[in-house]
Amino acid sequence: MTTILADLNYWVTVFLLVGGLYIVVAHGNMIKKLVGLSIFQTSVYLLFLSPGKVLGGTAPIIAEGFDVYSNPLPHVLILTAIVVGVATIALGLALVVRIHRSYGTIEEDELHDLESDA
Amino acid sequence: MIAAHLPALQVVIPLLAAPLCAILRRGTIAWVIAVVANWLAFAVSIGLLFRVLDEGVISYAMGGWAPPIGIEYRVDLINVFVLLVVSGVGAVIIPFARAGTAARFDSTNQAWFYTMYLLALTGLLGVTITGDAFNIFVFLEVSSLASYVMIAMGRDKRSLTAAYQYLIMGTVGATFIVIGVGLLWAMTGTLNLYDLAQRIPDIENTRPVLAALAFLTVGISLKLALFPLHLWLPNAYAYAPAVASAFLAGTATKVGIYLLLRFFFTVFGGEGFFLSTPLPEVFLVLSVVAIFAASTVAVFQNNLKRMFAYSSVAQIGFITLGISYATETGLTAALVHLMNHAIMKAGIFMLLGCVIYRLASMRIDDLAGIGRKMPFTTAGIVILGLGLLGVPGTSGFISKWWLVLAALENGQWWLVALIVIASLITMVYVGRFVEAAYFREPSEKAMNVREAPLAMLIPSYVLVAATIYLGFDTTWSVGLALDAAASLLSAAY
Repeated sequence: MTTILADLNYWVTVFLLVGGLYIVVAHGNMIKKLVGLSIFQTSVYLLFLSPGKVLGGTAPIIAEGFDVYSNPLPHVLILTAIVVGVATIALGLALVVRIHRSYGTIEEDELHDLESDA
Repeated sequence: MIAAHLPALQVVIPLLAAPLCAILRRGTIAWVIAVVANWLAFAVSIGLLFRVLDEGVISYAMGGWAPPIGIEYRVDLINVFVLLVVSGVGAVIIPFARAGTAARFDSTNQAWFYTMYLLALTGLLGVTITGDAFNIFVFLEVSSLASYVMIAMGRDKRSLTAAYQYLIMGTVGATFIVIGVGLLWAMTGTLNLYDLAQRIPDIENTRPVLAALAFLTVGISLKLALFPLHLWLPNAYAYAPAVASAFLAGTATKVGIYLLLRFFFTVFGGEGFFLSTPLPEVFLVLSVVAIFAASTVAVFQNNLKRMFAYSSVAQIGFITLGISYATETGLTAALVHLMNHAIMKAGIFMLLGCVIYRLASMRIDDLAGIGRKMPFTTAGIVILGLGLLGVPGTSGFISKWWLVLAALENGQWWLVALIVIASLITMVYVGRFVEAAYFREPSEKAMNVREAPLAMLIPSYVLVAATIYLGFDTTWSVGLALDAAASLLSAAY
């Protein structure tokens, strides 16, 4: 039990990772797939941020009385990754809007039927 | 002065040209900017090649921040080889883009198309040149997002679902790559590829490093469409605008191959570690299955673009087959075929673009009799098709030759037989096109078409000529690939 609690952040990461990926694979609704994709990407943010935290450390600003600092690098990386993630989801949603306009549905199985008729 | 900053210019030129196209909003001006930027990028690649041949590995500190803290651009022989292929194929495609794009889009959308094209180029060049693992991910997503938009601009509405499918699978692949990079970073505390290569050998059998290798392999394989992770590719290539199909077929998957080589042989400490994992066997089996399954599916396609898209999956199988040997001959075969296939497949998709430009259809029945109406276009496709087959006198023969040499070196006679049989399947689908184009009466649609305009034919024929030329004179294509393979195996990064 204690080992699970000690690595709680990683358990959460793995849960989000697998859960997100499952939604992407299992759902036929294109919006839900994008939600899953977003959760999947978010899990990676946690994966990067967790090892950067030093217990008892503060923000890396040199000041009197503090000599333990957390690693700031993951925050910089993840800010970039968040921007990439936002752009991806935005583009994905834009495509879904266009698909809905062209086909009148965003369910993958219905789309499949429509496309095989064409 | 400029020579010192070539590595930065390689990426910065197309990166700055892209928003310029978006701001100006005029199709013709945007096209001129795209041509100039792409040709400059090609010139920079050539400049980098001469510098690398002259002085060895180039390390460039981006923004003056010294590596490993700052982002490093690191150019060696393998990099520069792929840079040349990417910018070179682009430099031929972009003059071709004018006629087809102008016929289909209004001025504003043309400008957007060239913006996306330049961003995709930026991303691919960036992935190739950078020496920083996280930077690879960022550039990969720049190029992927731009590609999704280009694919969605196809004339068929199925291009939208193809782009969506690619977006989902591409993002999953990219996220796998970041997970791999994150695990490596947690274990070593560095993101610099050179630093990683120094630190990983000490810890290479720990579980996080092996997990990182697995995540990176799957993620990159998704991006390069290794069987069975190729499902996004056929529709994306089939329904994208011709320019986008040609560009992506020629460059995007090739950059994926480069990443695979870089991670396997530089970052994870050379062929010793690679051979100690099950990866060689996995790649051998998947490559052979890719070659046979995809070629067979290609035979039964009625849409020509889809047929050649499946053929791409098969040809990528030939490249990864070369990688699976992890010998100098095998890697040379992979690199030579990387270049030859980029040239051949980009050329085929460009000539198919000529057909669409006149005929507005890709159905093989509508193309009946096209050989009489569009003789140069058809002849070009046939020559490049023979190249895919590996007929002597085309560059495809050289790639297959090296692949056979690599197989014999490992004593795998049965693989030689498989390579020959695979070429026969290629003959069947290229033969289907030849039969329809030359031996059938012109279809109703093909009755009234003329030969494609010279502005489209000339760039396409540059690639046809290159395919034939590289089939006879291999001094620098194979020569460069041999040196690159040797430096890859000696870990001289």
